[in-house]
Amino acid sequence: CCCRALVARPAGGLRTLRGVATGPEMHFGFQTVTEEERREKIYQVFESVAKKYDVMNDSMTLGIHRVWKDILIHKMNPSPGTLLLDVAGGTGDIAFRFINYIRSVRERQLQRKLRHHQNLSWQEIFESYQKDKFNSLGDSQVVVCDINREMLKVGKQKAEHLGYAEGLSWVLGNAEELPFDDDMFDVYTIAFGIRNVTRIDLALQEAYRVLKPGGRFLCLEFSHVSNPLLSRLYDLYSFQFIPVLGEVIAGDWKSYQYLVESIRRFPPQEELKAMIEDAGFFRVDYENLNFGIVAIHSGFKL
Amino acid sequence: GRARPSHSEPRGRDGRGGEEEEEVWHQLYPGHIPTSPLQKALLAAGSAVMALYDPYRHDMVAVLGETTGCLALPNLRDKMKNHPEGYRILQERPRICLSTLDMARLQGLPDGSLGREYVRFLEDNKVSPDTRMPPKFVDDEELAYVIQRYREVHDLMHTLLGMPTNMLGEVVVKWFEAVQTGLPMCILGAAFGPLRLSARKLQVLATELVPWAIRSGLNASCILNIYYEQRWEQPVESLREELGIFPPP
Repeated sequence: CCCRALVARPAGGLRTLRGVATGPEMHFGFQTVTEEERREKIYQVFESVAKKYDVMNDSMTLGIHRVWKDILIHKMNPSPGTLLLDVAGGTGDIAFRFINYIRSVRERQLQRKLRHHQNLSWQEIFESYQKDKFNSLGDSQVVVCDINREMLKVGKQKAEHLGYAEGLSWVLGNAEELPFDDDMFDVYTIAFGIRNVTRIDLALQEAYRVLKPGGRFLCLEFSHVSNPLLSRLYDLYSFQFIPVLGEVIAGDWKSYQYLVESIRRFPPQEELKAMIEDAGFFRVDYENLNFGIVAIHSGFKL
Repeated sequence: GRARPSHSEPRGRDGRGGEEEEEVWHQLYPGHIPTSPLQKALLAAGSAVMALYDPYRHDMVAVLGETTGCLALPNLRDKMKNHPEGYRILQERPRICLSTLDMARLQGLPDGSLGREYVRFLEDNKVSPDTRMPPKFVDDEELAYVIQRYREVHDLMHTLLGMPTNMLGEVVVKWFEAVQTGLPMCILGAAFGPLRLSARKLQVLATELVPWAIRSGLNASCILNIYYEQRWEQPVESLREELGIFPPP
């Protein structure tokens, strides 16, 4: 078909980088690099995209990424008092949604309580409302952890700009080696981050470690489209359009080329499910969104 | 490094569309990003819109030039090949940047000489020859040099035409370059640049500057065929005459 000639897509200049640093060979998009090189390259990618990260997300997914993240939080269905760890949470999208959700749940709780207090005097109602207002989040907390300083910086600025302060903390840390104690969190999320982790198995083990017994693991990530027609359209869009968008909006072709390549290299749904089970999680399941463009994997520590 | 064919990747997954043919695209020069025709078209459209929306995105102007220059660049290269001085430039590939220019020497040259006036231009407008973007999307190594040379010679054009780097001056130079090179990016810049000018400036532009720029551009020989680095001592007036640029109004 004529599209082929139009779309003769370069394979991304495959090179074997055998530098001085030896180590197991890994993939960086479609390139082959050592583990250390991969970590460095990924750090640089996010350092360079940090400022335009949100704009690019909106442009690339036509705003749909917001819906995906909303669905993740709804699936989580957190109640006040939940302690969330959002890994690779950089610019704070998940953390802010979590806080919004808790706040609305809390408000509904308060409203319900007030309705039951119909026979109280105004003074008493006022007082009980005041008391509850002091913890509008009901002791819920979210810790945003990211390995990249630039991303955290952008996230903190956003939080300030949007007025999120209570129940929110920002920690610099590596998903493969989290700076937290065992059995600390109720929920662990990693949204569009696990793809960039160099040793996914280690990240999953760490996730298991820091979760409380009964805690839930949730992973939102790009996955594989099995429908062949859709898959070709998706490829066309990814490889032809997204790097161009990166160049025009952010002046950065290479980072977005890496992005689409890394999506293709990531394990598909079933394989990721198996990896999560290997880390010790139970009741591991996944839900496809948009025919598998994105998938939410969930598991429990029992 | 070596280039490996794509099918030796450990997993052949679905979702990797048209990778059946072993198209291994090499980097033809440092900074080269190979692109498909569709990508070039998208880039051309996107960069045009972005350059208009945000004129400070010089990188977008550069990208527009590279993606639309597929006809004009070979033309320019051939003009250079058929001219003795141009041919030498293509062979020797001189670069105009801070590391290759002896600024002290140029400053010491007499007033009115190309070198002295060029340095004066750089100082007055507070620009540096190092701010030119290297080409990324040109799929021919020689043509990449041609466009790079065009970019580096742009400041010398300002000097020869006596135009400053404000919007008005840039538009005039673009008109001159559009006639000289036929690059679509110059033509677009010349056509759309004036949109951002005030009415008074537009009048000066339309009545005096543009006609002069066009006449000079048509009359002059190819500006890429001058080995500027060997003519720093030559007076600007004499070089203008040699090229065929009429004195500025």
